[in-house]
Amino acid sequence: MIWLAVLGCALGCYLLKLAGMSVPERVLADPVLRRTADLLPVVLLSALVAVQVFAGRGTDGPVLGVDARLAGLGAAFVALLLRAPFIVVVFVAALTAALLRL
Amino acid sequence: MWGRFRGLDGETRSVVRDGIAVGVATGAYGVSFGAISVASGLDVWQTCALSLLVFTGASQFALVGVVAAGGSPFFGAVSGLLLGTRNTLYGLKVAPMLGWTGARRAAAAHLLIDESTAMTLTRSTREHARAGFLSAGVAVFTLWNLATLVGAIAGDSLGDPRAYGLDAAVGGAFLGLLWPRLDTMRTRLAAVAGAALALALVPLTPAGVPVLAAGVVALGMGLMGRSDSREAQS
Repeated sequence: MIWLAVLGCALGCYLLKLAGMSVPERVLADPVLRRTADLLPVVLLSALVAVQVFAGRGTDGPVLGVDARLAGLGAAFVALLLRAPFIVVVFVAALTAALLRL
Repeated sequence: MWGRFRGLDGETRSVVRDGIAVGVATGAYGVSFGAISVASGLDVWQTCALSLLVFTGASQFALVGVVAAGGSPFFGAVSGLLLGTRNTLYGLKVAPMLGWTGARRAAAAHLLIDESTAMTLTRSTREHARAGFLSAGVAVFTLWNLATLVGAIAGDSLGDPRAYGLDAAVGGAFLGLLWPRLDTMRTRLAAVAGAALALALVPLTPAGVPVLAAGVVALGMGLMGRSDSREAQS
């Protein structure tokens, strides 16, 4: 199942890249399509941040909650404000959560 | 290779150097992807296949993130595909600058990512655009894959990923990917709305669905929005 997802995602992502390199630029002339495409990564990444930090597995399905992951996210936020590089941001998020769980 | 590099003119050489520097910086965070992926339940082979074949960081993180949250790998793959649509936009911009056709274009498409696009768009000649695209694309591809392997093997031997905070690292990674896009009020609003909708759906839907549903916010704001200054320019 995971292999199927990996290979399907790989094929789809390649075709999306190839389509961009192959179709004429005027496809983007439609303003609705363009605005939606510009905002899609923002919305998805932000939803991924939220779900990754607040969702947990309850007895009957997913539940919301707060744990050390939120402190990790706070540390990542501070690191980004201080213009830390990506790898440092990820590292301080992990370190903060790990220290809280000791 | 070195002889060929020395044969290039000064500006092309500096473009290539920049591309390689971007590759080194990006490769470093491939280690975090590798470690997070195995912590999410993928094996080392699946993790390496993602970096080799999907080769677009945010989509890879999305797939493993959904799996880590207990969601179906299918929803993970669809989230990855939706994030991959931004590469289509990049392709529309860089293809006329690179001017490749046929097999060259098909091969170059695999290297079409944030970094290779950024290193192409600022160039004024076709030669420099190609040098920027290829040097960043090849450098990132090589180092991203090596780093993924290192991270995956290291992550595999760590034991309980929560003890090392690797579950918190995923949220930090997504925030780091999101950060440079929060440059206007409009994108910040979209980010808040997307997160709020996703959280509201967490208790109501299977894992993986809330993230996909948040995509509706992009469509809604796309339908409603006025033209902003960036659109007026182009």
